Order: sequence, then C-alpha cells, then structure tokens
Amino acid sequence: MTRSAAEPERAVMTAVTETEPFRRVSPRRAFLGVLGRDVAVTGKELGSFISQVLVQPFFLLFVFGKVLSELGYIAPGYAQLLLPGLLALNAFLVAVQAVALPLVIDFSYTKEIEDRLLAPLSTRMVAVEKIVFGAIRGLIGSLVMIPVGYLVLDEVSWNLAGLPLSALLLVLGALAGGASGLVIGTSVSPRRINIVFAVVITPLLFTGSTQFPFLQIGSLRWFQVICALNPITYVAEGLRGVLTPQIPHLPTWLCIAALVFACVLFGAIGIRGFVRRALD
Amino acid sequence: MSTQTHPTSTATDAGRTATPAVEVVDLVKRYPKATVNAVDGVSFAVAPGEVFGLLGPNGAGKTTTIGVLTTRVRKTSGRASVTGIDVTADPVGARSVIGVVPQRPNLDRSLDAKGNLVWHAAYHGVPRARRGPLADELLERMGLSDKASTNPDQLSGGQAQRLIIARGLMHDPRVLFLDEPSTGLDPQARLFVHDRVAELAASGVTIVLTTHDMDEAAKLSDRVGIVDHGELLKLDTPANLVAGLSGSATVDLDVTGLDPEQLRGRLGVVRGVAGAEVLATPDEGPSRLRVRVEGEAGAALPGLLEEVTTAGGRVSDVGLGEPTLEDVFIDLTGRGLR
Repeated sequence: MTRSAAEPERAVMTAVTETEPFRRVSPRRAFLGVLGRDVAVTGKELGSFISQVLVQPFFLLFVFGKVLSELGYIAPGYAQLLLPGLLALNAFLVAVQAVALPLVIDFSYTKEIEDRLLAPLSTRMVAVEKIVFGAIRGLIGSLVMIPVGYLVLDEVSWNLAGLPLSALLLVLGALAGGASGLVIGTSVSPRRINIVFAVVITPLLFTGSTQFPFLQIGSLRWFQVICALNPITYVAEGLRGVLTPQIPHLPTWLCIAALVFACVLFGAIGIRGFVRRALD
Repeated sequence: MSTQTHPTSTATDAGRTATPAVEVVDLVKRYPKATVNAVDGVSFAVAPGEVFGLLGPNGAGKTTTIGVLTTRVRKTSGRASVTGIDVTADPVGARSVIGVVPQRPNLDRSLDAKGNLVWHAAYHGVPRARRGPLADELLERMGLSDKASTNPDQLSGGQAQRLIIARGLMHDPRVLFLDEPSTGLDPQARLFVHDRVAELAASGVTIVLTTHDMDEAAKLSDRVGIVDHGELLKLDTPANLVAGLSGSATVDLDVTGLDPEQLRGRLGVVRGVAGAEVLATPDEGPSRLRVRVEGEAGAALPGLLEEVTTAGGRVSDVGLGEPTLEDVFIDLTGRGLR
C-alpha cells in the first residue's frame, strides 16, 4: 500500500477516535492505574512488609546504638550518627529489593507483568513506574525507622530546619535504589538472583557510610574510595549534613548532585534493560 | 452487554468499511541469532467482525505473528496494523484497541479473580465507577460469578482461561487475539471456551485465534490461514479449503509388512484414488496411510485392500472419513499437524 493511500484511513480512524473519547486513554491515567495496582498490593500486605523492612535495621540500631553504648564500648552520641545512616540505608535497599526480586520472577516464570506491558502506556513508562513504586516502598521503609529510632535510642536531637532537605535526599536515594533494582531485576537470571543479592546487598550495607562518617575514614583511603562509589553514602552524608550538622559530613550540594547522577545513570541502564526484556 | 456497546455505532460502522480490523503486509520476523525467519513474508487482512484462524503446527510462526500484532514482538520488516493503527509506529494506540489472551496463563496472583479484571480496567483508563459492575458482568458471562474472590492459583485450567478472556474484554477491545485458546483444557472446558468465542464473534468483536487443532480452526473461524515454517501457505474459508482438495472421501489404512513409502506409490495409481500420504510410521506396529478417493469411500475400499494384499502387506485396521483441514495441511506440507 502506498503512503498516500494510507492517509485517508488514518483520517477515518481519527474521526472514530474523536467520537469515542474513552478510546484514547491518557498515559497519565494508565500510569496511575499500573502504580495503583502495586500500591494496593503493598497495602494488602502492609504488616508483613513493615516487619520485613524493620527487623534488620532495628537490630543494628539496638545493638550498636543501645547495647554497646550502654556497655561503654561505643562512645555516647554514636546513635546520633547511626540513625540518619539507617534511614539512608532503608530508603535505598528497600527500594532495590522491591523492584529487583519481583521483576526477576515476573520476567522469567510467572509473566504476570505482561498484562501491564499491554496497558496503553509506553514500555519505558512501565519501567519508570517500577522505579517510582520501588521508591515509594523505600520511603515507607525509611520513614518507619524514625519512630523506632526515637523509641530505642535515648538521645536523638535533629536540626528540624533540615527536614525539607532530608525529604529531598530520601526521595532521591529511594529513586536511585529503585533504578538500581531495575538494573538488577532485568539483568540477573533467576538462578543467580540469590547469589547476586548476597554479594551485592551485604557490601552495600557496609560501604554506605551508614555506620561511620565518610570524611573520618581518610586513613583507610581504599575503603573510602569504595564507599564513594556507593550511592547510600550520599544519602547518609547528606542527611547528617542537614539533621546533625555537628558531625563531619560531605557538602549537601555534592550529595544531591551525586544522587541525581546515580538516578540518571541507573535509570537509563535499567529502562534499557527493561525494554529489552519486555519486547522480543 | 449494554455497557460494551459503542455510543456512536454509526461512526464505527463507517470506519469499519474503510479499515481492516487487522492487516499484515509482508511481515518478517527474525529473532537475533536465528538462522531462519520465524515469520517469513506473511500477508493477510481481517475484516471487522470476522473470526480469523491461523492454523499450523507448533513453531510455524503463529505466536510470533500474534506477538507482533500485540506489540510484544518487534518486527524485522513489513507492516502490521490493528484498526488502521500501525503497531510499530503507535504501540500505545494499538494496545488500547486490542485484547490479548496469551498462550500461557499470566494472571496476576497478587490479586483475586475480580481484582484481575478491575485492575486491568484501571490500566486501560476505564472510569472507576464502571470497573466493578463490568467485572461482575463478565464474570457472570464466563460462568465465574462464584469465583470472584478466588486467587488465580486456585482456578482450574478452564476457569483460568475464561478469566483471561474476561480480562481481555474489560476495556472493550475492537480486536481480541487468542493464542491457542484451548490448549491443555479438558474437552468440557474446551467446549465452554468455544461457545464463549462464538458468542463474542456474534456480538461483533473481531477475533484472531491461533491453533494447531484443525477441528477448532474449522469450527470457530470464518476464514483460516494455514501457516508452516513462517509462511502463509493458503487462506480461505474452511469449506473452500477442503473443497479445493481432490477427492471427496478418505480411507485410512493401518498396514504391516511393507515399506510405507513404496506402498504409497502403489496406492496412488489405483483407479479412483486422488492422492495418498503416509500419516505415521512408528518404530513398532503398523504404518498408517491416508488415501483420498473420488466418490464413496466404501466403493474404493476393495481395490485398495487388494493392492495391499498383492504387494504382500497386511491391513490391520481401516477408517473411512471425509477430508478435513488436516488433509489440506497434509496436502500442502506432506506431513500431519503435530
């Protein structure tokens, strides 16, 4: 068929579309539909989700922030340093896990995501939805740490003027986590996912400057370099900068810039991987 | 189905006369690292309201063709459109007018049966107030009203398939694609699915289905395209396809003690025989040959039996029948449908 002959057909199609406005769904509505499904499913299992994200940081907080400092092995005030670090940790890692594991299973076995891939939404936007949803879970996982911290630790004093910037840092950290989860979820085979989690998550846990201030590990130069590659470092350092500025910390602008860079880099790689897995 | 009716059916009808519901032109798909094309220059058009069947063995390229049309497989070359929307140029537009029933169940197991329908409607922007009633209505039509709050894991194969069909209909698609709709179902569930498909066709939905079951293709389809090795070999109504064969009856013979290919040659020249094919040559037991004959099968039988006996073989079973789509396929490819 020639191009000119195809034109009138498009015109007819457009006419039909105009008389049936519900045919063309706005991408925003489709996006919110797909996101709504994920949020609703999380809502149904909120209890198990919260306990899942609380257990590990709670014990870290309890042992390092409470037990060891009570015994005198850790200097008083360490809890002050630890809590922002744990908020950062949860924002990032909960987001990674919320995206990566379900995607691996979806693409390899259940194919449950197919119905959403057929929604009137570009495949890229379905990938973006995964990042946003992971970030929402990461944020929840991070925020529930605040009351826990206040309950477990004796002295937590935050510079409340830093809250808006803290929120921005947590959102960026959670988005970077969701994007990293997308990279893992679209590049790792289901047989390998356990080993990848073991060799990726644990190092992330201990190289994110969550349990120590980044600037004070200068004597361990090689370790500092590794920590500089972990996005969690910038969330933790940024949070310390705005909540507990008396602790030495990286400049806030640098933390925000590093997190934006991580979001863009992992987002681009993850979305590419997602499209490759979604389309044959 | 009042809620599924288009508010402006006259405009729709005007569009229908101008635009095929599905159009595929010289479609080619070669998967990366493959040495042959999975789909190799297929062309066809499906009229609005038609039930179109793609019949062929596993691996013939049916599912890949459906994959391209449903925006999940990227074509290598050619053109594919649904209701005039090019699936490559505007996949998002195409997705809003198609419903898809995949070969493998892919129900969302984090949701119950009704949740699968309601959320599918949400993805497609169906207004919130309409989702619930529409889901109830479709569950009812598919005989699943009592399964609304059941998890998909607890559904039988037939129930899951009906739920997937219901899901595909939630956004009122113009074209419904069914990939092997009754594979793996027991005969009763299969019949139920067939009845639902016939019902949908009667209500005006365009249906494109794939199957490797000739009975299913003949029963459900207005027209059938026969595909093998990525090519569309023939396209017509089931009746015309069968009528196009020479011979008006078939005789199946189970024979031992002879080379089947040799016997095929001998039977082919018996008077009244229009063609002969070897259907099966198992390692043990008799080979099966199918002979197409002019006139009545019974009249040709003595001559055929005599030919086998003269050749030194023994006939252990005889079956008489009429040519079917399978015979068309055998005639085109020289082998049976798997």
